[in-house]
Amino acid sequence: MSEQLRVNPIACTGHGLCAELFPERVILDEWGYPVISPEPIPASLRKAARRAVTDCPALALLLSGHQRAR
Amino acid sequence: MSGITASTALWYASRATGITSLVLLSAVVLLGITVNRQGRLPGLPRFAVTGLHRNLSLIAVVFVAVHVVSAVADSYVSISLAAAVIPFVSSYEPFWLGLGAVSLDLLVAVIVTSLVRSRIPRRAWRAVHWLSYGMYPVAVVHSIGSSTDLRSGWRLAVTVSCVAAVAGAAVFRLRRSLMAVPRSGRVASALGEAAGGLADSRPAAGQGRPR
Amino acid sequence: MTAPHALPRPDRHARPGGLPRLLEAMDLDAHLAAYGPPPYGGRQLIGVVVAAGLTGRGGAGFPAARKLTAVAEAGRRAVVVGNGAESEPASRKDKELLWTAPHLVLDGLQLAAEAVGATRAYLYVHAQPGLHEQLGSALAARAAAGLDRAGVQLMSAPPRFLAGEESAVVSRINGGPALPRFKVPPVFRRGVAGAPTLVQNVETLAHLAQIARYGASWFRAAGTSAEPGTMLATCRRADGTVEVVETAIGTPLGELLRLGELPAQAVLVGGYHGTWLTSVHAAALPLANAGLRPAGAAVGAGLIAALPYGRCGVAEAVRVVRYLAVESAGQCGPCLNGLPRIAAGLAELAAPRPRPRLRADLERWAGLVERRGACHHPDGSVRFLRSTLAIFGTELTAHARGQCSATSHRPFFPVPAGVPASQADWT
Repeated sequence: MSEQLRVNPIACTGHGLCAELFPERVILDEWGYPVISPEPIPASLRKAARRAVTDCPALALLLSGHQRAR
Repeated sequence: MSGITASTALWYASRATGITSLVLLSAVVLLGITVNRQGRLPGLPRFAVTGLHRNLSLIAVVFVAVHVVSAVADSYVSISLAAAVIPFVSSYEPFWLGLGAVSLDLLVAVIVTSLVRSRIPRRAWRAVHWLSYGMYPVAVVHSIGSSTDLRSGWRLAVTVSCVAAVAGAAVFRLRRSLMAVPRSGRVASALGEAAGGLADSRPAAGQGRPR
Repeated sequence: MTAPHALPRPDRHARPGGLPRLLEAMDLDAHLAAYGPPPYGGRQLIGVVVAAGLTGRGGAGFPAARKLTAVAEAGRRAVVVGNGAESEPASRKDKELLWTAPHLVLDGLQLAAEAVGATRAYLYVHAQPGLHEQLGSALAARAAAGLDRAGVQLMSAPPRFLAGEESAVVSRINGGPALPRFKVPPVFRRGVAGAPTLVQNVETLAHLAQIARYGASWFRAAGTSAEPGTMLATCRRADGTVEVVETAIGTPLGELLRLGELPAQAVLVGGYHGTWLTSVHAAALPLANAGLRPAGAAVGAGLIAALPYGRCGVAEAVRVVRYLAVESAGQCGPCLNGLPRIAAGLAELAAPRPRPRLRADLERWAGLVERRGACHHPDGSVRFLRSTLAIFGTELTAHARGQCSATSHRPFFPVPAGVPASQADWT
């Protein structure tokens, strides 16, 4: 099952770690906020995706198929 | 004779790991504030700052654990394991050690929630993490009250430096939080900036404030 | 589902295509005489709504049956909210409906509640003078007559553009500010007090109340097969008059706006998140998504507005876009950063000698802003901006030279002179 990375734009404050940890899918816009490519994440990139989710200081990322309890 | 020596060794171990823990926890809190303010450490990517914050906190936990275990194991003074985690039940120095138990409990809460932070509600994690601002001062007072070590010499200097650094950074962080442009006021300042011809790539005021 | 009600009712309701269906002023007695009490029948109603093909009349056009099903099957006790917070400044149809036929709306609220298994309902409306009192009395009268099975609480919406957004409604009812929330988990799963919540526009509820009585075929007697039924449209004509009209879906815009007698230079379809069309193009298009989508427009909440000759569409658009920027919730980085820049940029574009890179900047900001917020405010704002640039190209070129063909610069469209909200304004 391939997942998709999504950002909660309300929680996101533009730290930018996600772009450092997962550049294959995330770049930062000119204001420092993540632009996430909607392509599904293959198994090879899953680890990087999980790390981005766990390391985001604002806990603003989620992987679709994984429900955050808010 | 050997029993007393062993006990003395444990007692020294507890004191040594105690002050080390304090220094480490000071660094951890400073790094945490740096992350929150989206600060950078020279030459390091952002994920390294958060990584350092996390790794140092885990190292600090190890030192705190040794500090607690050696104090409990030491037979010269009677400190039960229960007294290490339940505040104010110790027969030896109940108040100062009780504070240690309080800060240990808070530390454990912060660490455990952070280990599972991607699996618990975001607000819950944040709320517990804020307890760090309680954990640290309590740990400091515990340190100063439990032992005369820190009240003179180089240990005093170390303690004062750490506490001053953390206090300064904490005041800076909390002032920023209190003075932060409230959510709806951000629109006003963003509009003001845009209209003032700052229609370039600089982020609007208020961006980067944790909510 | 139910046999037509035994009490006498006006003929027009039984006659296919007869209008008006909704907009008939009725107090409780008249309402009961015409319709009788709500025909409670439980979850079967959902099947009728599926057959009727009712779509939401709040702007998103989501099939009502799908929402009802999602909430009904969520497995826990649900909550229903009637959303009457018509935040679009130029739109009046929900207000008109609530003033004129509140009991149809309240019937629909009760029937929807029963269909999804809810015992608590809310009616969320802006604090228009007198409206709350009117609705309060209507509710009290119904309580006295023992008509309602679900308790209804009247809630006040702050006067902000986003206050009527689905998650903002739920947030407000939960005691927080009327600001959009991240849609995970969605409202139909966790909403008011954590319960599965159905948020339905008041006009949709009114249609529901009639479908429950007269059935799906009756509803489908008007409108098109893909988009059946009638809808309320706020028609702002070129002579400045505003009329809320109940019309079959698919009615030509030219007819609704009387473009033949009241010529216009352009028509705005869908409100301030909508799309500009040239008058010539708009005249023949139907008020239906099937006809509007190919033109880049959508029915939305049924607001169509004609801009007369002699007015400046560019100036109107600048005012609207500034309003949209002011009304940002300020919660999401892209929207907070992008909309003010877009507003300032459009104002500069409308002024003489805009800098050469401005067009490119506007396009870039528009691209950065859309679909990157928690709600669709940036998306709608960008849609409005892009259609402004497309339709008023000639006028913008003239403006760059310091010229404008307008004879009057008084604002034509109602745009509140918004000052950015303070925290208290959202509660």
